[in-house]
Amino acid sequence: MPASGIEVLFEGRNLVRLLGGLWTSLWIALSAMAVSVVLGLPMGVLMTSRHRLVKLVLRIYLEAIRVLPQLVLLFVFYFDLTLVTGVNLSGELAALIVFALWGTAEMGDLVRGAISAIPRHQYQSAAALGLRPTQVQFHVVLPQSARRLLPLAVNLVTRMIKTTSLIVLIGVVEVLKVGQQIIDRNRFDFPDAALWVYATIFLLYFLVCFPISRLAQALERKLDL
Amino acid sequence: MTVPPVLRLEAVRQQYPNGLVALDRISFEVAKSEVVAVVGPSGCGKSTLLRCVNGLEPIQSGTIALDGAIITGPGTAWSKVRQQIGLVFQNYELFPHLTVLGNLLLGPLKVQRAAKAEAQVKALALLDRVGLADRARDYPRQLSGGQKQRVAIIRALMMEPQVLLLDEITASLDPEMVREVLDVVLELAGEGMTMLIVTHEMSFARAIADRIIFIDAGRIAEQTTPEQFFTAPQTERARQFLNLFAFAPPPGHHETAGAAAVQTEESSATTSDSNSLELHE
Repeated sequence: MPASGIEVLFEGRNLVRLLGGLWTSLWIALSAMAVSVVLGLPMGVLMTSRHRLVKLVLRIYLEAIRVLPQLVLLFVFYFDLTLVTGVNLSGELAALIVFALWGTAEMGDLVRGAISAIPRHQYQSAAALGLRPTQVQFHVVLPQSARRLLPLAVNLVTRMIKTTSLIVLIGVVEVLKVGQQIIDRNRFDFPDAALWVYATIFLLYFLVCFPISRLAQALERKLDL
Repeated sequence: MTVPPVLRLEAVRQQYPNGLVALDRISFEVAKSEVVAVVGPSGCGKSTLLRCVNGLEPIQSGTIALDGAIITGPGTAWSKVRQQIGLVFQNYELFPHLTVLGNLLLGPLKVQRAAKAEAQVKALALLDRVGLADRARDYPRQLSGGQKQRVAIIRALMMEPQVLLLDEITASLDPEMVREVLDVVLELAGEGMTMLIVTHEMSFARAIADRIIFIDAGRIAEQTTPEQFFTAPQTERARQFLNLFAFAPPPGHHETAGAAAVQTEESSATTSDSNSLELHE
């Protein structure tokens, strides 16, 4: 009876290597998200400002990042940047930069949306109490925006984690790449190992993303205004 | 020296950016402890009037003075002025992220830099007065419309304003909740609170107001005592307006239009005594 291939998972350090690959994905996604939160908050606030030029520049940035597939951005930073400037970024660093650029744009837009969703009357009722514009922002608008923002931001984290599967194409050894290496190594002895390896990767993504997306749902319910 | 009126408006004109003139040649005064009710058809400019007094809408010409000091024009310290002029909105506009107590304390703590313990004592006393002492820790979404509006009123009172502006504060309420809110306002009037009230509750206006201002198409069409306004309005527009609140008598009963009984929209009971409130029975 031919081997099913499941044993490949438990051979040598294969499982540990897969987890290591997953860690690479998570590390890049979470670091990029941290950068995105730090830069996206002021960006979103600026996008709601009355300054036309500031709004235009940020809008162009957002749309430019949005229309480009993440893969193209990865190639630009990994290959083209080296060709043009001679700067040689590691795959991880290029990935981190691209994800941070993308995340900042998305986060900025989420922040902008959350702030715009605050009804005009909330500003007025705060102003009617004598609060100055900065106090209105700080005590009324931003706390309410944060509640709307939190579930959306958590969702962005899962999108980022999933999108890290692209970085295999710029040579970063993340969970998918490790899986492919294991499959290739065992192609002749265990031709069906691919099924088990991919199933494991599926499970790993699920185990990471499902709780996060449930958290987003729970937050949405809990913070419902 | 005579005491200046709490509010004095002179030839106020307000025009929206789209060219629509919302208010034109609006002049009147509100004396201390006086209650003035502003009535008129929808879109006549009543709400805009209150928003102008509070500086939420800029006016194009004329002046508004609070306690003798002109508050329109450049350099007005609106943060200071608005502490003197409380405004309560139709849709309560409580802050949903704060508890009832948090809503009440925000202004005193952040704007007036009041001591927290003192402000809290004051807030709880006011809550008790409007029958909501047990709701201090609740969030606005846990309250009924009438309860929210009572909180909104005392949130304005927390700042100890000289005058309270009420902008159709019962218009969004279910009929059975109107009474509990209007009772609070009546009580305030009894204590000598100066108020400028925009309302659609005609019997309420009649009962509470010292003076009625009828606005039509952005201008004051009539300014008189409640008694005069509701029994013998001077202008045709006011008569037409008041007729909107009167129902056709059943066959066999005839009343003249001018003496039509004034009723609230939801009510079928007539008000016979000008001082009685017969709302939504």
